[in-house]
Amino acid sequence: MSKTSTNIMRQGEEQRITLTLNGRERSGHCEPRELLSDFIRHELGATGTHVGCEHGVCGACTVHIDGVAARSCLMLAVQVEGRRVDTVEGLAPDQALGDLQQAFQRHHALQCGFCTAGILMSCADYLQRVPDPSESQVREMLSGHLCRCTGYTPIVAAVLDVAARRNHRTESRESAHA
Amino acid sequence: MKPAPFDYLRAMTTQDALDALAQTGEDARVLAGGQSLIAVLNMRLAQPRVLVDISRTDELNSVRVDNEAGLLVVSAAATQGSVEWRKSLHDEVPLLAMAFPHISHFQIRNRGTVCGSIAHADPSAELPLVLTALGGDVVLRSKKKKRVLAAKEFFQGMLMTAREPDELVEAVRFPLKNPGERYGFTEFSARHGDFAMVACAAVVTNDSIRIAIGGVADRPVVERWPFLRGDELRSALNDLSWKLGAQDDTHVSAKYRRHLVRQLGWRVIEEAT
Repeated sequence: MSKTSTNIMRQGEEQRITLTLNGRERSGHCEPRELLSDFIRHELGATGTHVGCEHGVCGACTVHIDGVAARSCLMLAVQVEGRRVDTVEGLAPDQALGDLQQAFQRHHALQCGFCTAGILMSCADYLQRVPDPSESQVREMLSGHLCRCTGYTPIVAAVLDVAARRNHRTESRESAHA
Repeated sequence: MKPAPFDYLRAMTTQDALDALAQTGEDARVLAGGQSLIAVLNMRLAQPRVLVDISRTDELNSVRVDNEAGLLVVSAAATQGSVEWRKSLHDEVPLLAMAFPHISHFQIRNRGTVCGSIAHADPSAELPLVLTALGGDVVLRSKKKKRVLAAKEFFQGMLMTAREPDELVEAVRFPLKNPGERYGFTEFSARHGDFAMVACAAVVTNDSIRIAIGGVADRPVVERWPFLRGDELRSALNDLSWKLGAQDDTHVSAKYRRHLVRQLGWRVIEEAT
């Protein structure tokens, strides 16, 4: 599909779409109704993105579209033609954890890990916009995710810790987690 | 939890979208942010034959202040995030700035559109409530004509609007802050970001109160009062709570909804006074 004219795809018809996934150009086939979450996992094989509720409530499938956090279950694969999509795999490009992931590890901000990929992607976008958030801002941002293991407190601590470190403070400003 | 098959049309211009809507009418749904629509498709509560995607229609992606008309004009493809993160929003439309944190979640607002929420017309959604409270309007365009409807005429019931099948909600227009007005917004929901059981917006001046309630009737309802205080205000809120025709549902009883109207109504008016 070209990006410059009206495009019609008939139902059931598969088309090849191309996007940039974690900095690499990738392409695959999909029909119009294929969700982006399924396309990323099944067509492109990037299974770091998890699928929970498939109606936008749980947040497990959150990815970045052109750098902005969004639910991949509430988008069609055809909508990302020519766009940049980043998933949790992109946070650890050389198999080394990024600072956000390290903070999650330090603070035990995950147990089963099912929700973690989505939460990391939300945090990554949010910290770009709000580099030094308050605890209540972090909690509000996390309200878009369901985690049934941690009770959220260690996640809040990890986010505040990574923000503090990025801002060259050794201790977090507000300690949500002793 | 996967959508039923549909034809997909990516509109690159407004005209593309209008042509498609003129051709397919009732069988088409406009896909803007998709944060309600795709959930509805996933659950197969809707099975349109054609989706007209306007999310990449650049000429529909704008948010601008029209100082002459005193309006903030938000076009069809503009996301809620693009309005929420405007540095000047608190000075432009303070009530909108107050309502945004209550609208679902950061990740949903990044993609959901303002016009989409208005077109969806969920009776408990915040944006229809704010638009109604402020007396804003909706710009509808079809291949044949353009018309502007006041919010009050646009919302016609639960998920029902005055939009004709061949029309696109091209923009919604929020009146800019009026120096004499003060604003309040609050809501109550089971969890932060969930749909409101009751949502309340108030616009207060030195001699008047305008209160709008969402989540109770089948659409946002506005009342205009003189500047009431104390028992007079309590009594007016009590009358309003009965007038809205609250119903029991699986989430909350009618009685509790009436209670929330009285309590939240008092709170927003206090906040705005």
